[in-house]
Amino acid sequence: MTSWLLRRLIQALFVVLAMTVIVFLGVNVIGNPVDILISPQADQAERARAIIALGLDRPIWEQYATFLWNAVQGDLGKSFVFNEPALRLIASRMPATIELAVTAVLLSIVLGIPLGLYAGLRPNSTGGRLIMAGSIFGFSLPSFWVGLMLIMVFAVQLGWLPSTGRGQTETLFGIPWSFLTRDGLAHMVMPATNLALGNIALVLRLTRAGVRETLPLDYIKFARAKGLSPARVLAVHVMKNILIPIVTVIGLEFGSIIAFAVVTESVFAWPGMGKLIIDSINVLDRPVIVAYLMMIVFLFIAINLIVDLLYTVLDPRVRLETRE
Amino acid sequence: MPRPMNEETPFARFRAEFAESALAVLGLVVVLIVATLALLAPLLAPQNPYDLAQLDIMDGRLAPGSTSADGLTFWLGTDDQGRDMLSGIIYGLRISLGVGIGSAAIAGIIGASLGLAAAYFGGRIETAIMRLVDLQLSFPAILVALMILAVLGKGVLNVMLAITLVEWARYARTARGAALVERRREYIEAAECLALPRWRLLFRHLLPNCMPPLIVIGTIQIARAITLEATLSFLGLGVPITEPSLGLLIANGYQYMLSGKYWISFYPGIALLLTIVSINLVGDQLRDVLNPRLRR
Amino acid sequence: MAIRLATALAALMLTTAAAHAQSVIMAMSSSPTAIDPHYHTFNPNETVDIHIYDRLIERDPQNNLIPGLALSWTMIDDTTWEFKLRQGVKFHDGSPFTAADVAYTFARVPTVVNSPGSFSIYTKTVISIETPDPFTVRMKTAAIYPLLPIDLTNVFIIPKNLGPNPATEDFNSGKNAAGTGAFRMTAYKAGERVELERNDAWWGPKTHWQHLTIRMIPNDGARTAALLAGDVQLIEFVPTADVARLRADKRVTLAETASLRLIYLWLDRSHTGPQPFITGPNGEALATNPLNDLRVRQALTMAINRPAIVERVMENAAYAAGQFVGPGTWGHTPGLNPPIHDPARAKALLSEAGYPNGFRITLHGPNDRYVNDGKIIQAIGQMWSRIGVQTTVDAITWPNYVARANKQEFAAYLVGWGFPEATNPLRSLVYTFSPAKGWGAVNRARYSNPHFDALVDKLMTTADDTTRERLVQQANQLAMNDVALVPLHLQKNIWAMRTGLSFVPRADEDTRVMDLRPAP
Repeated sequence: MTSWLLRRLIQALFVVLAMTVIVFLGVNVIGNPVDILISPQADQAERARAIIALGLDRPIWEQYATFLWNAVQGDLGKSFVFNEPALRLIASRMPATIELAVTAVLLSIVLGIPLGLYAGLRPNSTGGRLIMAGSIFGFSLPSFWVGLMLIMVFAVQLGWLPSTGRGQTETLFGIPWSFLTRDGLAHMVMPATNLALGNIALVLRLTRAGVRETLPLDYIKFARAKGLSPARVLAVHVMKNILIPIVTVIGLEFGSIIAFAVVTESVFAWPGMGKLIIDSINVLDRPVIVAYLMMIVFLFIAINLIVDLLYTVLDPRVRLETRE
Repeated sequence: MPRPMNEETPFARFRAEFAESALAVLGLVVVLIVATLALLAPLLAPQNPYDLAQLDIMDGRLAPGSTSADGLTFWLGTDDQGRDMLSGIIYGLRISLGVGIGSAAIAGIIGASLGLAAAYFGGRIETAIMRLVDLQLSFPAILVALMILAVLGKGVLNVMLAITLVEWARYARTARGAALVERRREYIEAAECLALPRWRLLFRHLLPNCMPPLIVIGTIQIARAITLEATLSFLGLGVPITEPSLGLLIANGYQYMLSGKYWISFYPGIALLLTIVSINLVGDQLRDVLNPRLRR
Repeated sequence: MAIRLATALAALMLTTAAAHAQSVIMAMSSSPTAIDPHYHTFNPNETVDIHIYDRLIERDPQNNLIPGLALSWTMIDDTTWEFKLRQGVKFHDGSPFTAADVAYTFARVPTVVNSPGSFSIYTKTVISIETPDPFTVRMKTAAIYPLLPIDLTNVFIIPKNLGPNPATEDFNSGKNAAGTGAFRMTAYKAGERVELERNDAWWGPKTHWQHLTIRMIPNDGARTAALLAGDVQLIEFVPTADVARLRADKRVTLAETASLRLIYLWLDRSHTGPQPFITGPNGEALATNPLNDLRVRQALTMAINRPAIVERVMENAAYAAGQFVGPGTWGHTPGLNPPIHDPARAKALLSEAGYPNGFRITLHGPNDRYVNDGKIIQAIGQMWSRIGVQTTVDAITWPNYVARANKQEFAAYLVGWGFPEATNPLRSLVYTFSPAKGWGAVNRARYSNPHFDALVDKLMTTADDTTRERLVQQANQLAMNDVALVPLHLQKNIWAMRTGLSFVPRADEDTRVMDLRPAP
């Protein structure tokens, strides 16, 4: 188990290394950040000064070596744009994104699983068909379009919810969270719904598919024949079997929710790190891009680990040792 | 359900089972119509929306039913460049469908093969493939696509390449997840005892039984690919502005939504919805029909 | 008793209402990169900084120079400018403003660490500063430099109390964010908001708002929606697509004026041989770059229907342009009108130049930088295609675009630039690319004309304003006649606010909340 974990971590490190190399080369191919940041009135001398100030006059391998050396010491560099440590910049934006993503995941579980169970148990009922039809819309609509529609209807026309931005925050564990205040929650309703929409549909469909596949299986028939209550059959026997794909997908989706927050955050002016990364790509703020992607990679690797561990809990037939 | 079971070819049975859902048949009809429109776009569209010389900004943002100076009627209105929305949608379908189906298919073939191979062979092959999958999944789809397009520049092929590159790993993971469970089932063990060739085991026995989750993912992926393309265009990195896909048409109209010129993004939006919903209806039914465990 | 209580309650409610009314939220279209006023030459930074800091010389809404922290400025000899400072001004930290703070600021500007765009471009002509008394500053320049007052409208003054090398981070945290401005900063969340409180000791006219929140909402639709929903009271850069609708909406009012930002096309002159993005009418390679022929350039500018672009693409949020600056800006040349749209003449000119069947060209532009940039180049593509120049339009994102434009890759490409007055573009854009001299720095097309350069050389060493104006107009005329570049239009700056408020629109793109008041 320990050696399995250790091996995964070492592999993770290689993933991160590969990623940083790719980003360094990629940014280099796209262009020079100085050309974007510098005032159009600046002359060649000023341009040369800025290039030296940001260390971009060095050959790319040297820049990369410097980056690695500093990274080993825990310094991922300062943003070209903000001149603040890239990690601090990302950390300051992280809570906003995390609370949005977690709310979206909760929404997709709380709404997706019950709706999916219903649709799976009663596939031919009107309700079941309606749910399935609705789920198709859930991931058919482009989220930026849904976002604007939500703003149009609920903020502009009806005036029920604030249009954009993050509401009042309350500090918990030294971090400002907006889900602790009424105003904050009001601001969160639309972006979280917007972000959750596709995932509600996904969870719903996976649940339904799972139920439909499991119900005809012998062990369920056997459980029923034993006289177990339908609720128990559903909660223990059916759920346990269908949870595997759902857990996998929710786990994987959490990462992409965080990434996809990029779109929701730009439509709702939500000050999270998704917005930061888009802006950083637009101005080629390499230290922020690298730091952000490194963080995302670690997050994804952590999620994958957890998913794999949950696999073994949920399905004893899958054993970690056999997978080496 | 009573069904004559005698002397049916597998295809006839498949067809009969598929036709059980009227909705799915309707979906299939719509998919076929959409595909025909897309294929025959140059013959059917009143205007070539990609030829700048045929557009006139003086016809820009006309409401549906308006007529241009030279007598062309814009049934669905025009966008800001004076592009006939109907023609734009027909040509846009072509690009959106092409990008969606093309990238989902390529990603599916690559991903599923690798996933199955990983689950079946295990050992070093599995480790190598799954580390690659991890590497891929360590990068969020939209960000990878953004970075790829930032480097490569806009273009239909670049968008397809980007979407394929970010989506194959999902198939691989799903295929492996399903295969891991399947390969421990008795029928595989039985097949192994028969000493069948490996490729036969993989593709004739393992693959069909891993299909249901792959089809669920696959239908979702086509929709996703089309949506991802729309989103990339919305962020300014998708297809070129002179050759708009449905997604880019919606994105272009997005800024006119508040000012009441709904048609610029409304009609492409409807076309997009119709397409995706139909594909999914077909996919849903296919899944039920193809799933061996659901067979009565 | 009951009545008195009711009155007291009513009074209380009134005062809370009034207190509430004195809070205002303004939404910006892009995020500043720092609160440090010398960190980055970047418009959004300026928009925030003008509320916290003052400059020696300010600009009025029409971009004329007006006294700021300096009451007067005169050129006392060819290389010396003298400034008389405003007395009785205090920084937010309580220290008095004197000449020493000016000297300190000028010493600090070039030392800002890791600046991606240094303000030294505005201060480097000053080789030394003398402070004969606390309220007099003398600045020495190496040569005659008539543009110094204009440069100084960009340099915010900070207090010498900050000590040696104040760090940019300390400005952002609020520790160093002390200016003399109308507001003091109380909180800054990068990319999200800036909170400010009124500085009651400010030297300017009393500001109506006790509390100001500046929010960053870069998404156009979201910004408009926030205003319509009443979440913010003032927005800048109203998207052109929403102007017509907002004009009709009773909940909001608009304020607009001509801006200083010119949108123009470069026509590549760096290639004398084949230009990679120009081919013959059937796609065959051409031996020479057709853009070196004046007749071709004239045809291209004449083929553009500017009024149509202004009306249809910009939805009237622009003015067609035939030169760098609009009427009312220094250096404007009367009579230099936008070229008249004449496709027939354009075709004839192409034939004369030896291209009776036109040629193929790719027109490049960014799609995320200027107002409607992608749409403008498509519209021009339509117009050029009609005179036989088969145009492919390629709109790309700014980072990629600027990198390639800097390498002189493109044949024809769209750029925009805000000109405070006309010498600026003549010197930086049209003058021959001369790295050593620092002139022609952004002459991307590598246009070069010795007659023109001679005029500018003379202009830059002339102190007399009347002579300078005449020289500017001559140079302007020359550049436009030679189609050094293709001016398209000057943008309008448009703000929108909730009805019941009035705002003074500005030619520069700054949003000054000091100029926002309840409508009389």
